[in-house]
Amino acid sequence: MEDAIKIYVEQESGERIELEAPLDMNLSVMEVLKANEFPVQAVCGGMAICATCHVEVLESGELPEMNDDEAYMLETLPHATESSRLSCQLRVNPDLDGLVVRIMPEA
Amino acid sequence: MNKITTDICIVGAGPVGLFAVFEAGLLKMRCHVVDALPAVGGQLSEIYPKKPIYDIPGFPEILAGDLIKNLEQQIAPFHPTFTLGERVEDLEKQEDGSFIVRTVDGTEIACKVVAIAGGLGSFEPRKPAIEHLEKYERKGVEYMVRDPEQFHNKRVVIAGGGDSALDWTIYLAGLCKELTLVHRGTTFRGAPESAAKVLSMAEEGQIRLILKSNVTEVHGEDNLEAVTVMVDNAEPYRIEVDNFIPLFGLVPKLGPIENWGLELEKNAIVVDTEDYSTNVEGVYAIGDVNTYPGKLKLILCGFHEAALMAQSAYNIIYPDKKFVLKYTTVNGIQELQ
Repeated sequence: MEDAIKIYVEQESGERIELEAPLDMNLSVMEVLKANEFPVQAVCGGMAICATCHVEVLESGELPEMNDDEAYMLETLPHATESSRLSCQLRVNPDLDGLVVRIMPEA
Repeated sequence: MNKITTDICIVGAGPVGLFAVFEAGLLKMRCHVVDALPAVGGQLSEIYPKKPIYDIPGFPEILAGDLIKNLEQQIAPFHPTFTLGERVEDLEKQEDGSFIVRTVDGTEIACKVVAIAGGLGSFEPRKPAIEHLEKYERKGVEYMVRDPEQFHNKRVVIAGGGDSALDWTIYLAGLCKELTLVHRGTTFRGAPESAAKVLSMAEEGQIRLILKSNVTEVHGEDNLEAVTVMVDNAEPYRIEVDNFIPLFGLVPKLGPIENWGLELEKNAIVVDTEDYSTNVEGVYAIGDVNTYPGKLKLILCGFHEAALMAQSAYNIIYPDKKFVLKYTTVNGIQELQ
């Protein structure tokens, strides 16, 4: 089994930046984005209470179900879409290989 | 107007701000603590008091709320004073190098040193991306309900789907002439009883509920006069209103601290790691609000920063005394009178 998966961040220009996300560190997608110096504030540190790590999922395999905290937070965001997720709640695992996200502007 | 004089004004009553009182107290410096929230503890008390924390030395596991209670107990011998529920607004340096810190409610704190322990910043309303919305702020657009009577007999549109939107819809329905709730989704995840109440009020015609929709435009001359609502797969339409209340929760912002002449980087205050001083002499920044190479946003790092800040502040407050590090194991805690 590979020890890392690939995650892609789509830029405004349409370019997709490839990131390597290790599987053995129990990271969230938010942490992978921050580690790669993307402008994700994630001020609450991953508790689904600030929504400053909001992403739109453009392509993915099976995603984990939202928990109540994430769903509630997304419902309160004015610019969330059907494909919105909080990247702090997406834990890196083999199912996320090939995930494509767009970082949403912080409200 | 409330006027306070102290040695160190600590902006932020979170764990790091509170521990700064302890470190300052050991060196016989008095502290006044200001926070926009009505209680001490910052996000630990406000957002996750029941969440266990595992990385506080000496505590294999401690609830956030209990950590704050312990810190309150730890600083009690130093008799700090507090201004709670007031956001700091202004920082003015005096000719002698001291400072006046002012809050939105006009409280003035005269101090020799300012230690900003502002954490994430103050929580401010999340504003929807609607062009020209700012033009109508306080002229029909309100981000919170301060005085419900303000909306008596008015035509009001509320936007949002969280608890605030539901609660105020229920409350204001009896006051407003017309009340519309615009919600992006088709369900409400707020308190189930509030959601059920709003749905039944809509069925009974007490309010207008527009689901799968967004407010996309605001209109008016000097004051707000109408909003445009865009519904999924339909033509947008206009609703004549007196007030539009977008309720999309709160988002942390640095707030007025941004305007204090401090060097900032990515919404955080740049500090010198020797003593966590900022580019303004006499102003320090400790905890999550600061940034430096290698910064870790951990409570324990904030505690360390508070200790170094206090040592450096001592030299400003007592310029003629030589600083000697004292150990509590040797000296105990000497209460400030």
